[in-house]
Amino acid sequence: MTAGIRPATDTRKQAMLHPQVQAYWQEIDCGFQQVADVFEECLYEALSTFSREEIKAYLEAARVLGKLGRGPEPMLAFLEEWPSVATAIGGDVLPPVMGLVRAMQKSPNGNAIAPFLQTLAAVARRLQSAEQLQFYIDIAQDLMVRTTGSIHGHHTTFPSPGLPEFFARAPFLANMLSMAGVRNWVEYGVRHYGNHPERQTDYFKLQSADSRAVLQRERHGTLFADVERRLDLYLRALWRDSDQLVPYSTAFDELRKPIPYYDSLGLRVPDVLDDAHGPGGTVSGLDRYRAVLAHMVGHRRWSRPQIADNWSPFQRMAVECFEDCRIETLLIREYPGLRRIFLALHPKPVADACDPETTSCLRHRLAMLSRALIDPQHGYTDADLLEYARRFHELLADHAEAGTTEIADLALAYVAKTRRQSDQLAKVHFDDTVIDYRDDNRHLWQYIEDSDDEDFFDDPDKKNKKPSEVAGLPPRHYPEWDYQSQTYRPDWVSLYESLHPSGNPADIDRLLTKHAALAKRLKRLLDLLKPQDKVRIRYQEEGSELDLDVALRSLIDFKGGAMPDPRINMSHRTDGRDIQVLLLLDLSESLNQQAGGADNASGQTILELSQEAVSLLAWAIDCLGDPLAIAGFHSNTRHEVRYQHIKGFSERWDDTVKARLAAMAAGWSTRMGAALRHAGHYLSARKADKRILLLLTDGEPSDIDVADPESLRADAKKAVAELDTQGIATFCLSLDPKADEYVREIFGKRHLVLDRVARLPEKLPLLYMALTR
Amino acid sequence: MSNQDQYKVHREPFYQAQGREVILYEAAYAARLPVMLKGPTGCGKSRFVEYMAWKLGKPLITVACNEDMTASDLVGRYLLEANGTRWLDGPLTTAARIGAICYLDEIVEARQDTTVVIHPLTDHRRVLPIDKKGELIEAHADFQLVISYNPGYQSLMKDLKQSTKQRFTAFDFDYPEAALETLIVTKETGLDEASAARLVKIAQAARNLKGHGLDEGISTRLVVYAATLIRGGVAPQDACRMAMARPITDDADIRATLDHAIDATFDPSPA
Repeated sequence: MTAGIRPATDTRKQAMLHPQVQAYWQEIDCGFQQVADVFEECLYEALSTFSREEIKAYLEAARVLGKLGRGPEPMLAFLEEWPSVATAIGGDVLPPVMGLVRAMQKSPNGNAIAPFLQTLAAVARRLQSAEQLQFYIDIAQDLMVRTTGSIHGHHTTFPSPGLPEFFARAPFLANMLSMAGVRNWVEYGVRHYGNHPERQTDYFKLQSADSRAVLQRERHGTLFADVERRLDLYLRALWRDSDQLVPYSTAFDELRKPIPYYDSLGLRVPDVLDDAHGPGGTVSGLDRYRAVLAHMVGHRRWSRPQIADNWSPFQRMAVECFEDCRIETLLIREYPGLRRIFLALHPKPVADACDPETTSCLRHRLAMLSRALIDPQHGYTDADLLEYARRFHELLADHAEAGTTEIADLALAYVAKTRRQSDQLAKVHFDDTVIDYRDDNRHLWQYIEDSDDEDFFDDPDKKNKKPSEVAGLPPRHYPEWDYQSQTYRPDWVSLYESLHPSGNPADIDRLLTKHAALAKRLKRLLDLLKPQDKVRIRYQEEGSELDLDVALRSLIDFKGGAMPDPRINMSHRTDGRDIQVLLLLDLSESLNQQAGGADNASGQTILELSQEAVSLLAWAIDCLGDPLAIAGFHSNTRHEVRYQHIKGFSERWDDTVKARLAAMAAGWSTRMGAALRHAGHYLSARKADKRILLLLTDGEPSDIDVADPESLRADAKKAVAELDTQGIATFCLSLDPKADEYVREIFGKRHLVLDRVARLPEKLPLLYMALTR
Repeated sequence: MSNQDQYKVHREPFYQAQGREVILYEAAYAARLPVMLKGPTGCGKSRFVEYMAWKLGKPLITVACNEDMTASDLVGRYLLEANGTRWLDGPLTTAARIGAICYLDEIVEARQDTTVVIHPLTDHRRVLPIDKKGELIEAHADFQLVISYNPGYQSLMKDLKQSTKQRFTAFDFDYPEAALETLIVTKETGLDEASAARLVKIAQAARNLKGHGLDEGISTRLVVYAATLIRGGVAPQDACRMAMARPITDDADIRATLDHAIDATFDPSPA
């Protein structure tokens, strides 16, 4: 055939080798040449697994798929994949599968039929049950319905952008996540990118960062992040080791599965481990981590690097195997309970699983030997194996530790004794030879010469070049609470912090002079609040001084024959103020509005009033001596929340701070949660009896990229709850007269709504004093 | 004399010396120098004093100090009676009168102004002024003052004043090394040596966590408790959990780690 041009014959009439096949071919009534090419093969496979009725259903379904008008792909995929789906979970799932296909065909999502059928077999193999597959189909159906576009009343006009991508990634997802996890992952994507086709495609292609983050969160097994502290404690308690644990990702490296290792930067472990169900019992993910760590710690303790230049790869493999077993023997000697875990994780190769005539058995031999060296009840009968196991145990008998060198000698002798011609064969026996808790032993080898089979592309000049300095600090990422799913959206908000620009400090001084009368009044109140160091405690049985009043009363009682009160002393206790305050200012656009109210004759904006209020408060707190920080925030979508420092805790109330306050400007929106979290992060680092976060705002949380007003409220509420658990009291002073609806929901009782904004300068310092009295 | 008998230590307490502390203590006692014992909880400080009192044949008066204790709890007080008052000697005064070893346990728990009353007894004067009574007691020739404190866990606020510290000779106690601790556990409880060694191993694992969520490791006293439970027929793992892991922490992660250490040490599977 030339240049892809097919002869214009009717494939329906194409002759098949077998008359029965010919009959079936007529039955499905198909005109696609591509299908005709593979039909016979597919049918033979189907015939070997299906009953007569099933064959009938199979062909009928294939016929329907061929008539969809979607080209040959759906039919091809079905014919090729269905037999293995049916072997994995049974043929009963055909109706729901076809149901989904029909639903897709009826909606604009016909383009997703082929991807669905193409990956179905891989998904089915992973799921292994009809219920699970039904679950998968339900998820897909749900995704389809919710992401199929309907704009301006033209219902289901646009196909779901995410659905084909979802099907393409489905085997990977099924491998990583439980079906419940898949549902959560899909749910997240639909909810956040439902109206955004490009982002949605990125999400379901697993290309966006949060897509991967949510995937990581939903993975089954024991996540490293969840057990990190336990592993740290484990290392410290049992092995007196406190090295850094660094997780590596196992999710996105399909071809080469990374192996644990350690180097000067720390111990590298996988980011997630499933429970292992082996012949020796179940080992929890946590215990698998412990086995990995114990093995590496053993190497660090007992292994010495060997010079590897003169050894062949086979010799090195054998040395690694013997050395690993030596380490484990020593570990088990230290903690006998580890034997159970190691044995449960160590594969037990069947003695004659590998044919030395056709296959390279080296790995198989070493795995058996390794098993025999740590398992006294190994049950192998091979003479060489028994001989070397005996010599190994002799070396390590009577509390001897032997050394890496001695063990290497034994390993080399073993290789010399058992070497076979077939070890060189390309076909290698891999079954039951992977011992996954062992590290890759890179620390064991030392090379005198640089390897000559590798070029050094690293240009030394290139390495020394430093990246150019960035202006400002990199962003901090904060999660945001999603009230609908009751989960956090990981790293959702980017927050940039900076110093607030400066203005003219004299402006603030002028404001303070304007309020001189008020300041004088405040001053009197402040003096009353000033910490009085000694407080008298009366009615003490034992104390530092006699309390004359009470003593006389007791004496009178005593003389009068009554039982005197023995608590006639008093003592002192010191009572200092130990309060740290962070004043967080909402600097959003709405502050530029004029403040209403009758007593605001001068027409000041809320911003100016806030400026006055904050100046007075800062001055008042400075008089009291409580450490105070002031910061402002506003936001421009979740990608840019700005947090500006106006005064630091240790800065004095001086011209630098006043200058920053004078330059206060308003703009953009109010994304409260991230700012609260960031302020809390500063406050939580302070040591004090009472830590207070005082929030001055004029409206509810909102941002231009969030349509649902409830969403940011719920997040702010969550942020306040988080602060509360850190022992930080949050108090909100709201200038929005209509704030009652939401402010109570966010801050609970800790809020005050100020109706007459013009009185803010007076109220704010008083509020503070009342709060901290 | 009967008063003295009451405070005598009649049976020899078991004490395993960790170093030369017995000889050194005897020398300090011969010169009647005050002694301070420092060390973590449950490492054998009180047992040591008891043992020395027995060895020297002197009466021992122990006072467990606490925050509410005042000077009059040590020195003595007037009690009100129907027709007047009656003076009652405190433990310190009693010890000074009858010539006993007065042992103030966990002295830092007492308030600092309280501890000052012991000063005149601890230097060359060896007197105890009782200002309420207007009496000056000369300490008995056999009297000696011993205090103990645990420098590890108390807050920064609770430290001994320099003026108090510098009146004492001092011993540093710590948990004994593994072999010795094993010996102590076997002698104290009669547990076999292999099991005792395993208990000690677990205790040491916990001691490695001190400062990482644990204020104090598993003390020798707790190891002895666990050994006693095992002798009483309790399964080793249960005994360890009950006597060693559960008492020292409420932190779930640390508990899991200690539980694993227990399982790893006492292999649960039939080997």
